[in-house]
Amino acid sequence: MKRLSIEQLLGIDKFAVDDEHAHIVLNREICASCADKPCTFACPAGLYTVKEGESEISFDYAGCLECGTCRAVCPKKGAIDWRYPRGGFGINYRYG
Amino acid sequence: MGEEKFAVIVVGAGPAGSAAAYLLAKEGLDVLLVEKGAAPGSKNMFGGRMYSHALHRIMPNFWEEAPVERAVVREEVTFLSGSRSVTVSCQDFGWAGSFRHSFTLLRAEFDAWLASKAEEAGAMLACGILVDDLLVEGGKVVGIRAGEDEMLADVVIAADGVNSIIAQKAGLAKMFTPHQVATGVKQVIKLSPEEVSRRFQVEGNNGVARLFVGDCTKGMRGGGFLYTNRDSVSLGLVVTASELQKGRYKISELVEEFKHNPHVSPLIEGGEVVEYSAHLVPEAGLNMVPQLCGDGILVVGDAAGFVLNLGYIVRGMDFAVASGEAAAKAVLQARESNDFSRGGLSRYEQLLRQSFVFRDLEAYRKAPAFMENPRMFTAYPQLAASIASGVFTVDGSAPAHLLGKVLSRVRESGVSLAQLAGDSWKGARSL
Repeated sequence: MKRLSIEQLLGIDKFAVDDEHAHIVLNREICASCADKPCTFACPAGLYTVKEGESEISFDYAGCLECGTCRAVCPKKGAIDWRYPRGGFGINYRYG
Repeated sequence: MGEEKFAVIVVGAGPAGSAAAYLLAKEGLDVLLVEKGAAPGSKNMFGGRMYSHALHRIMPNFWEEAPVERAVVREEVTFLSGSRSVTVSCQDFGWAGSFRHSFTLLRAEFDAWLASKAEEAGAMLACGILVDDLLVEGGKVVGIRAGEDEMLADVVIAADGVNSIIAQKAGLAKMFTPHQVATGVKQVIKLSPEEVSRRFQVEGNNGVARLFVGDCTKGMRGGGFLYTNRDSVSLGLVVTASELQKGRYKISELVEEFKHNPHVSPLIEGGEVVEYSAHLVPEAGLNMVPQLCGDGILVVGDAAGFVLNLGYIVRGMDFAVASGEAAAKAVLQARESNDFSRGGLSRYEQLLRQSFVFRDLEAYRKAPAFMENPRMFTAYPQLAASIASGVFTVDGSAPAHLLGKVLSRVRESGVSLAQLAGDSWKGARSL
């Protein structure tokens, strides 16, 4: 079987992206002070990334699977303002 | 929309919430079942299997109409170690007999069905509504707020899952620590029903549940799972969040690696991935159970941390259903005295203590601590595979009897006999 990248995996899933409202908001200042950034590997959707040669986190809420792992592993209080997407938006599992 | 008053508002149409709503609506109460997903189940995922007993109690022979996948007749636990693996396998066709021990399920379809039973019983199901906050008056929960809408109720049942924002807002639950939850990821891989039956050597609607320990989590606390559905396989990993924190492995890549493990890949070869999903699992058992009732509010299911992971048995849905049942009974009793204060609802906790929910969580109270032993995920899977492989290897070298073979492999493993004896003793008592 062919190996699937995270982009390909998320491409299979069905999302109703809420373009007007981000359900997860990062506090950039706190994130900048975080050395470990466990969110960058623990997030099952790989939404937290640090670009080569940069230190700032890029984050995209659009492929969020709403599991809460980032909220669980984040070592910095107040860095991640975590909510579920507005009603009806977000991941839409067809199998589950 | 103005204010509406219900007898009960249930937040979350998963198994705990829908079971509670079903039982309460059946008694004629005005029940509002609120679900944030576009449909019940659309936000839910689990490994793949529900033990039947709890739902069978409130809906006898539910499997005759519920969208279940396969009745599990074979349980397998596999230790993975490089080129070697050893599997403990147990088959019991009685599990598919009249008492239908457990079923594999897909939650989108199953949870939607269970919520529809609550609706049929008279509950009002409102999907696509995220509850933003609780309405509190004089310290007592009196309803919910969703956007502009406020809805009132005598009791709110928080069935909003592991991240339970509602129980946290009510001050009943604390934010969990990364040691208390695990991240589960899963791929649903499509095959034909005949191919599933052929590859897993089962007939008709019988199925298999497999758990994996060892290489698949790189020594991190956790394991792999595989459940056969009717025409697909649910395959994934569960890893404790604190281990992910320090392990620095990407869990999405670990799943791909797991799929390509030679002990696993032939089982899913040629299948098409039709979904990738992730969810948190509360894993600390009684150590993370919140305050279960407050004034005007009860906490059920995953929101209450009702999951039991013993490594060879993983349970959550049966606890969820039973806690929903206990909550429904407690609400009915509180109505008799019209007392929805914490004291009036405290029957919920008593009912849980009398039921298997607390009995079982209590019995395995020490299991989560035992599972923190790193040897469980590295040295022991290696040792098991190495002993088994040694027993079956013929290569012209000097013969050794079984005891000698076992002892030499133990020596090679670096685990001391005292550790082995101690861990065996603890394991036998806590699992």
